[in-house]
Amino acid sequence: MKVLMLGWELPPHHVGGMGVACYQMCKELSYSGVDIEFILPFTAKFDIDFMKVTPAHDQTAEEFMISGGVYDAEWFTKKKSKKLTIGQLDLRQQHDRYAHNVAKLAESREFDIIHAHDWLTFRAGMLAKQITGKPLIVHVHATQYDQSAGGYGNPLAREIEHQAFMMADQIFAVSQYTKDTIAREYGIPSDKIHVVHNSMEISDDLDESANLHRYLEIMKSNGYKVVVNIGRMTIQKGLTHLLESAQKVVEKNPKVLFLIAGGGEQQEELIRMAAYYKISSNVIFESWVSGKKWRDSFRIGDVFVMPSVSEPFGLTALEAVGFGTPVIVSKQSGVGEVLQNCFKVDFWDTNQMADMILSITEHDSLAHSMWLNSYHEYRNQSWAKSARKMTDHYNYAAGISS
Amino acid sequence: MKSIVLYLHAHQPLRIKPYSVFQAGTDHIYFNDETPDTDTNNRFIIDKVAEKSYLPTNRVLIDLLLKHPEFKLSLSITGTLIDQLEMWRPDVLQSFKDLIATGKVEVVAETYHHSLAFFYSRAEFVKQVAKHTEKIRNLFGITPTSFRNTELSYNNDLAYWADEAGYKAIITEGWDPILGWRSPNFVYKPSYTHNIKLLMKNYKLSDDIAFRFSNQGWSEWPLTTEKFTQWVHAAGHGGDIVNLFMDYETFGEHQWADTGVFDFLHAFPNEWLKDPNHGFKTITEASETYESKDYIDVPQTITWADTERDLTAWLGNDMQVDAITSLYALEKPILESNDEVLIEDWRRLQTSDHVYYMCTKWFSDGDVHAYFSPYDSPYNAFMYFMNAYRDLTARLLEKGIAL
Repeated sequence: MKVLMLGWELPPHHVGGMGVACYQMCKELSYSGVDIEFILPFTAKFDIDFMKVTPAHDQTAEEFMISGGVYDAEWFTKKKSKKLTIGQLDLRQQHDRYAHNVAKLAESREFDIIHAHDWLTFRAGMLAKQITGKPLIVHVHATQYDQSAGGYGNPLAREIEHQAFMMADQIFAVSQYTKDTIAREYGIPSDKIHVVHNSMEISDDLDESANLHRYLEIMKSNGYKVVVNIGRMTIQKGLTHLLESAQKVVEKNPKVLFLIAGGGEQQEELIRMAAYYKISSNVIFESWVSGKKWRDSFRIGDVFVMPSVSEPFGLTALEAVGFGTPVIVSKQSGVGEVLQNCFKVDFWDTNQMADMILSITEHDSLAHSMWLNSYHEYRNQSWAKSARKMTDHYNYAAGISS
Repeated sequence: MKSIVLYLHAHQPLRIKPYSVFQAGTDHIYFNDETPDTDTNNRFIIDKVAEKSYLPTNRVLIDLLLKHPEFKLSLSITGTLIDQLEMWRPDVLQSFKDLIATGKVEVVAETYHHSLAFFYSRAEFVKQVAKHTEKIRNLFGITPTSFRNTELSYNNDLAYWADEAGYKAIITEGWDPILGWRSPNFVYKPSYTHNIKLLMKNYKLSDDIAFRFSNQGWSEWPLTTEKFTQWVHAAGHGGDIVNLFMDYETFGEHQWADTGVFDFLHAFPNEWLKDPNHGFKTITEASETYESKDYIDVPQTITWADTERDLTAWLGNDMQVDAITSLYALEKPILESNDEVLIEDWRRLQTSDHVYYMCTKWFSDGDVHAYFSPYDSPYNAFMYFMNAYRDLTARLLEKGIAL
């Protein structure tokens, strides 16, 4: 089974969960005998031996990232020094060029299936299908509906999504929640949509070294508790609701701190909002970090809150559990389908969210029971099951009986 | 003479509404969810269970009691259920009174609030048993002579207490590791006691009705009265009694009416009594009629729940232990308040169901149906309970009572 895999990013050159999911998914698929060529829109060095990574065209990851990465909005919030200069491509041009080059490349390749991840690769996938006649599977990690928090989203991207959903032989959705979204919001028959849950490679992070959040360490040893969120600061992620809850939490218990890490177009709004609620001293904003700093942000938390308005999956919740932190997720999140031992709350119910935060931060018995049981779930999940599902559908689409 | 000892247990807790920390300190009523059709709306549940189970069961039982002079049974009904029936369904309470008025129904003593007080405060336990006995006496005009503790939890200490308190019989699970080679189909004596007798549930036959009756995957399905009579007869072979102990709600609630469970209940005594050597006895009667065959030693606590038959469904994780020890730690200041409403709220929070809803034993498997809970998760159950607990403490502090 040969698969032409179309993706927009791979770690370490990634800004979202999609890159991580693609990497881990392909690794597992390759272990189960799938021969993958992964087409990226840029060249970079990867420590990857389980598949062939091919650039669609010749540009460095850095050059490419200036165009905005996966998210259009990034482009508008870049610092002055990263402004586009004449001759550089914006995201739409990147998108068009990728589609064109993939189509050309597809002509010269032998493969059984085209597997494309999210709207930026969908046009390339459709062109490749038109040229080669091979079956197209589109994999949905997030839709415009999610990214605009239940709105219409970018009309161009929405149009491409809709066309691709119609043209695809099969659709993989990262959760039942996403499958329902595609069927409901895009009018796609649900029998061609298959749920393939995301997973998280188990990390045996036995890092006992001192946490780099020294300030938070000091506060914790003085009886403070820390609530963590890590992710993009954008409307989809529901952080305004978390701040609204934070205000209610701090009113009851001033010894609760909120670490909000990441970046995005909503950052300034959130900082202003914290000030408006007069909780600036309880809310710590942190920019994108990586490596140990990033892991330590998970580890320092007494509870991880993912208040997303619409979250197709939400890998960070699983990561948090892996780093030893119990989680609260919104009911509008796919990860709740694989993680039972957590609090689930409607993103808009900031009273209940505050209630849950107060309970976990006050009662170690709750925090510990919840985390321990969720850690068992974390240890038991794996990509293997999802990979089996995908290969079955590959075989079906390619007309091979397994 | 082989006798069936049929014992039915009726109980409904007062479920805590989704009670927020923002209500603590302001809203002192924890059990009054009036949201239509929700499982924390206690009145809604009482109405549902009354229509599905209590009323139709009592209709069958009164018919049996009037038709067969030999038919007898024992029942227990908790104070928390009686309170709710008095408030919302006096007609159901009347149907229980009608049964008891036949003179062939024994009412078994227990804690008023269906609590685990025995394991946390002996003084509190004794008060709750006394309160229950008083209620039973006032309502039904009889004084219980046998005892059951919440969830049939049992150990040597409990038997010793019940013996000293003058009960003639006590009941528990007929659990194999305790019985060893012995059969549950005899009357026994608890170790270290003088007068009291012990009856142990025949869980295989009881569960054939309580759990397996409607299971179409069960090789013995459907269970007919003829077949069941044969089994009970065979089980009683060489034995004196067969103890069929189960929840009242088995009839109509756990096993729905359309499974034929009421027809079964109605027809079975007739089938059983066809043999002149077959009869029925109440718990106390059985303990007085039959010689005890051996001493039963139970140093550890057993219950009738789960495959473990222990208290882990109530006290198996950190949250459950934290919640219950926090609650009992309030005993002194709560009683000191002399505030009847406050004391009663504290006791209502002792109902074992509250900690049962916090059980995480089966939760990870997604097998959430394995236990019945009105809440989204065990964690939500803990959160609402502890918020109510906070309110109790706030009420004490407002009264100037130190915790």
